[in-house]
Amino acid sequence: MMKIEFLYFEDCPSHEQALARLQQVMVEEGVDAPIAITKVETEEQVAALAFYGSPTIRIDGRDIDPPGPDMRPMLSCRIYQFPDGRFSPLPSTDMIRQALQNAAASSPTCTSR
Amino acid sequence: MNIDDPAISFTLPCTDGHMHSLSDWDDRPVLVVIFSCNHCPYARAWEGRIIDLQARFKPQGVKFAVINANDPVKYPEDSFEEMQKRAQAQGYNFPYLWDESQEVARAYGATRTPEAFVFDAERRLRYHGAVDDNFEDPNGVQHHYLRDAIAALLADQEPPVAETPPVGCSIKWK
Repeated sequence: MMKIEFLYFEDCPSHEQALARLQQVMVEEGVDAPIAITKVETEEQVAALAFYGSPTIRIDGRDIDPPGPDMRPMLSCRIYQFPDGRFSPLPSTDMIRQALQNAAASSPTCTSR
Repeated sequence: MNIDDPAISFTLPCTDGHMHSLSDWDDRPVLVVIFSCNHCPYARAWEGRIIDLQARFKPQGVKFAVINANDPVKYPEDSFEEMQKRAQAQGYNFPYLWDESQEVARAYGATRTPEAFVFDAERRLRYHGAVDDNFEDPNGVQHHYLRDAIAALLADQEPPVAETPPVGCSIKWK
């Protein structure tokens, strides 16, 4: 089963929409897994959880938009950039979908004898 | 700050290397003060639309002034040096001002980035709130709050909407 983590900062208003988007894409992709939701509130949590802004979504431990070398953990809203150059406080459905598909493709599969 | 309140004066350093005051633009028919910043995704999402609106209304004399009041110690991306870089890189067509003491943001009652305050020729607040109703998709906007408020004031009419909840990151207080 996939391990799905959703980390957010209450002060950043996009988290509810982001969680709904994640849940919707999971349904569309047939992913039946619990979402571990973590509310990040302190700088200590930011460091301990490697929180790169709200919302941060990890699937099997991998960030759906791996942070670049210039990014640092921060108690703030997170910037996502779409392929057309637009910025958004929300990951796109395509970004979430791709991450779910990548995780599914790389997960161990059962083999029949 | 409430609708119909007078604009609160300020003098702040700008990324262009000069100090700017509210009174610099006394002759403008409409003044738009927007609290924004570098690091916030909402500010970045609306940044291009703010540039476009300033360009669109420049011929009518409308002036935009954008103020960053975030604490640069906690958020280094919002330092004055980074503001200068962003203003140049993005081609800002308005003064980008630094409210280091955060006194201006507090006086205006600003809480979010971006958050717009639109003043008429008498410098009375006539619109306060969000730029529009869709931060994510410019083509999906249903209500162009800021654009319509400016256009209405230029036509000596009431803005169709006087106030909306600002949507964005919180201002990062010291």
